This record gives sequence, structure tokens and C-alpha cells, in this order.
Amino acid sequence: MTPSPLPLADLVRTVRQSREYHRLTDAIPYTRFMGIGVENLAGEMLCRMRYAPHLIGNSILPALHGGALGALLESSAIFELLLQTDTGRVPKVISSTVDFLRSGKAQDTFARAFITRQGRRVANVRVEAWQDDRTRPIASSHALFLLSEP
Amino acid sequence: MSDFTLPTDKAGRQEQLSVLFTEAVPHNHALGLRLVDVGATDATVVMPYADVLVGNPETGVIAGGAVTTLIDATCGAAVFARLSAFAAIVTLDLRIDYLRPARPGLELTAHAECYKVTRLIAFVRALVHQGDPAMPVASSQGTFMRMED
Repeated sequence: MTPSPLPLADLVRTVRQSREYHRLTDAIPYTRFMGIGVENLAGEMLCRMRYAPHLIGNSILPALHGGALGALLESSAIFELLLQTDTGRVPKVISSTVDFLRSGKAQDTFARAFITRQGRRVANVRVEAWQDDRTRPIASSHALFLLSEP
Repeated sequence: MSDFTLPTDKAGRQEQLSVLFTEAVPHNHALGLRLVDVGATDATVVMPYADVLVGNPETGVIAGGAVTTLIDATCGAAVFARLSAFAAIVTLDLRIDYLRPARPGLELTAHAECYKVTRLIAFVRALVHQGDPAMPVASSQGTFMRMED
């Protein structure tokens, strides 16, 4: 018998403790659809978007869709806020700015989010995404999120 | 990639661009994006509500990432309209303001206008709404670059 799904706030609390990140990303239809997961690599929490043909935006190059990269950056920021702060609900994005630096190849893409400021209501988050070489990011963003009171 | 020049008549432009927009762009196809109108410098794209696009399973609200894709794709189509060609372009940057939450169960419509082009760069602004353009869900501004052969 499969256990009934936990409410999201409970699931987030459980995952903060257990670090079974897939339980959270599996509970969100869009991250499942995009193949976006949270992984603990060498003690660091990263997001990985697994390559799939439906993420392609330009079939001739081929290159990942800019929107897919934007989705990875935003998901990475949201998971960082959910798992590293004590926010009780999914943070709401207020605004985001994405710079597309290099075209994304048809392979897995990684992202790492940094909370640059966390206030009572608003958090500022910066995210970088890369493929082969972390020192050569393919996209970066900064975004503002509205947090719920803990 | 050599550019496809679009037909000069409105119906022909829209038909050819709609096909390329969906068939040549797998991620647009995966999200069910439909190009529903093309003007001289603007484009309108609809994204149907779908369970796989939900970012918050408790509210059913669409993920911001899906809205980003809708905006990026619609802005790109507005650049194609302005250039009268399905040209090789890349997004340089995209800024999005989320003005109010999208209502679950309703399709999203994006309207983008390419208001300025230089030899290499295209400037675009876009609004996303759910039927009433006076009540936008998101507003956006982006820049695109034309790839040289």
C-alpha cells in the first residue's frame, strides 16, 4: 500500500530532515515533466535537468529552449528557498531576470542557487546554470520571491 | 541555418509560421503552444492549461517556468513577424514581472510586440493574460540576437 501524499508543507519539513529530495520534486507535476531534480553532490545541493528531446528549442543546432533553462533556474531558486529556509509555503516569484550566456547543448544541465538576501517578506536569489564546465555558465538569473511567514 | 522567408499575405504568414513554431520547436510542441495570430510586428500564442504544467499541486497554479517558456516563445515569434522570416535567433535576456497569480484551469494567452530591431538585436515586450488583456498575469521585456550565417 502506498502512503497517502503528505500536504506540501509537511513534505517539505520531512525532506529538509531526510534529504530525500526526489520525494519533493516528484510531488510537483512540472518538475517531474521537465526532469528537474535536486541532488546532493559533494555536500552541495544542486539541481539537475536531465536531457530529454522535448526540452529542445532549436532542432538544427540543437539547443535547449530558453524557456526550459528559465524553468531550471526558477525551480532551483524555489527549492533552495524551500529547503534552506523555514518558509511554510511555496515562495511566489515576484520578478525574474534571466541572462542567456551560451546555447544549451542536448545534455544534462546543472544549476546552483544562492540566497543573496532573505528578509521577512522578500528573498533575493541568484542562480547559475552550466553543463560541462561550471566556470562557463550557460544561463544566470536573479529573482525576487515573496515568502510566507514561517 | 538558412532563414525561411515568410509569405507576404497575412493568412499565409500565419499558417507557415504556426507550423514552424510548433513543428520545428519540440519544447513548444510539448507545452501545447499554439500561435493564434501574427501581425506585422507582433504575435499571440496560447498555452492550454495542463496538469503537467502545475507548479503548486495544492493550488493547481501553473509553474512560473512554463510561463517563462510561453513568453520566450511568443517574443521569438514577434521577432519572426517583424523580420518577415523564420530566422535563427537567440534570446539574450528576459525580464518577467509576475503581476498576479494565474487562475488554475484556464489557458494563458501571451501577446508580444517587437518594437525595435537593429541589424543584430531585436527588442520585445510582452503581456500574458487569461482572456482580459486589462488584467495581465505577467509582463515582460526581452532582447534577442540574430545569428549571422
